Amino acid sequence: MQTATSSAFKTNAHAALGDAGLQKALARSGSSFIARRAAAAAALPEFEALRDEARAIKDHTLAHLDFYLEAFADKVEAAGGQVHVCADAAEARAVVLEICRAAGARTVTKGKSMISEELGINDHLEANGITPVETDLGEYILQLRHETPSHIIAPAFHLNREDWEASFRAAHTDLPAERVFRERRDILVEARTKLREKFLAADVGITGANFLIAETGSSVIVTNEGNGDLTQTLPRVHIALSSIEKVVPTLEDCTSLLRVLARSATGQEFSVYTTFSTGARRQGDLDGPEAYHVVIVDNGRSNMLGGEFQPMLRCIRCAACMNHCPVYGAVGGHAYGWVYPGPMGSVLTPALIGVDQAGLLPGASTFCGKCESVCPVRIPLPGLMRHWREREFERHLTPAAQRRNLALWAFVAKRPALYRALTRAGAFGLRLMAGKRGRFRHLPLAGGWTAGRDLPAPEGETFFARYAREQRGRAP
Amino acid sequence: MSREAVLLAIRRGLRRGPLPPDQAMALRARLDGHPRHVIPARSRLDRDGQVALFAANVEREFGTVIRVDDAAAVPAAVADWLAAQNLPSAAAIAPHPELRAIPWADRPLLRLREGRAEASDQVAIQHGFAGIAETGTLMLPSAPERPTTLNLLAEAAVVILRAARVVGAYEEAWDLLRAELGAMPRNVMLVTGPSRSADIEQALELGAHGPRRLCVVLVGAG
Ligand code: SF4
Repeated sequence: MQTATSSAFKTNAHAALGDAGLQKALARSGSSFIARRAAAAAALPEFEALRDEARAIKDHTLAHLDFYLEAFADKVEAAGGQVHVCADAAEARAVVLEICRAAGARTVTKGKSMISEELGINDHLEANGITPVETDLGEYILQLRHETPSHIIAPAFHLNREDWEASFRAAHTDLPAERVFRERRDILVEARTKLREKFLAADVGITGANFLIAETGSSVIVTNEGNGDLTQTLPRVHIALSSIEKVVPTLEDCTSLLRVLARSATGQEFSVYTTFSTGARRQGDLDGPEAYHVVIVDNGRSNMLGGEFQPMLRCIRCAACMNHCPVYGAVGGHAYGWVYPGPMGSVLTPALIGVDQAGLLPGASTFCGKCESVCPVRIPLPGLMRHWREREFERHLTPAAQRRNLALWAFVAKRPALYRALTRAGAFGLRLMAGKRGRFRHLPLAGGWTAGRDLPAPEGETFFARYAREQRGRAP
Repeated sequence: MSREAVLLAIRRGLRRGPLPPDQAMALRARLDGHPRHVIPARSRLDRDGQVALFAANVEREFGTVIRVDDAAAVPAAVADWLAAQNLPSAAAIAPHPELRAIPWADRPLLRLREGRAEASDQVAIQHGFAGIAETGTLMLPSAPERPTTLNLLAEAAVVILRAARVVGAYEEAWDLLRAELGAMPRNVMLVTGPSRSADIEQALELGAHGPRRLCVVLVGAG
């Protein structure tokens, strides 16, 4: 499993800000996602109504999650598939390995799956002599580079074209030196050719699942490349990896969610391939896997049910929140230190690996509210981050200096006369210190702020004083 | 296996035991009734309007649409398109009765092999089950006469779809599928345009792992 470095968020973020390649990638890609989503939302008058519905469908399912999971499992089994419900990552890894072993697997192709990253499937298979091959283009290059995804739908978000060329030359040693990679197209063709052999040779295909449908017992994947479909169609065995909150009741419910998913994610009206898999190869079929397994993990999610973080389980992993986040846009995904970056990661990661390890993430926010305003299932992300901060404070995980300052502020804030006297003196003092310019270039204790910009000085009168004055002036 | 333990943990979170029978019955009725939600107004058109919207959306997603009057015109349309695209005139074709009824022999240079697609196939010809106007999406359920590999392995995918099979919204295609096929097929692909990737610098490139070109031959009137 990926070792979390979320507790080093500050150092990570600092390093990210100084990483020229990363900054180039972030500057290039950030705004395009935003513009595409906005255009897709504007082109569908019903978009806001669909978001309300998407939220309601997820809330309804979560309130009856036990029922729908059982209904799903019954349907899968009726269609000749198998369901494995696992409590944690270790159990899920063991189940996946067991299925691969039983199939006599040597290589396993993989579609993009964040759950697979969360569970650490690749390392576990490799340690047991089975070779996993990532087939999503972005995941493939990350595997060559031994890196983790920095974005939940665009895993190689942090890379530039030079990086692709360098990695391909290093890994594909049969490439003639004169082979050019001038165009993105050249890179795509090289990857397609190399991966074709892998698709055909694989014994087992592992995909994620965007949704599980209780009505039919289907697992659903959504891709643009077609790699997920080759992964689940060509090998003898298909394993769909999923987590408990992915289940939805019916095809109609799934359809409503699909209408907001692609638009929120890439700004497409619909992804190229949306595929529903139900059981194994049927009588007379000329292709398709002979065995179909769905592995469903809890891994900490049931703890979120019934509490303040339950709304986070509505997440459909569209990535709109990180695409619109100024913090993600400045530091990228790796700084968050674990599988899920951006605002959704800042809420989910502490729930899954513990607030003691990931307590800094909910603070990595400007509370601008953009994430909540674009989330297709209307998760109140800033509010949930605030809950984590409160919990962290209650559990005394906040650094001592911060606690002392907060205690001091609370002491003053609870005493209005003292508060007014101090703010009056402060505003007056700062006004005097700032002189004619009215701004500070440097200010003791505020070096972090003034390093990048000037601090405007107060105008000499506090809000309270001015409010009182204007009320007096207005009185009849 | 932890199925019971996980169900228990879920119920503990939700602060209740298993659902009482009346509630479970209501949920089962919801599954059986599968109620529809909001359906975007854009596909609420007459038949001709839906077929036109379908064709426009396929093209918007970088696919090609060729409209022909009847099955007799299909072989020429396919052969001409392949030639114009510099593609070979050999193809794997779905063993579907509707496709068998097409007079392919009129174009003897088209070499067709019935069955699933193999990695060496440049062209695959698939039978379209339904078209969804809302986003220009093809519905391709798997069956012995409609192998899934034909949607995926070739460089170019050709889908023969009767215009009468174009519906407005996804929900209408699901109802067709329920009415005609009964149980959910092993695999149902909803395909919208040719394969693509934006993984390299977030810029769109057509032709990732699936077909680089998608041609829909729409047969007859809506
Ligand atoms: S939290 Fe909302 S916006 Fe973020 S990935 Fe999940 S569904 Fe998308």
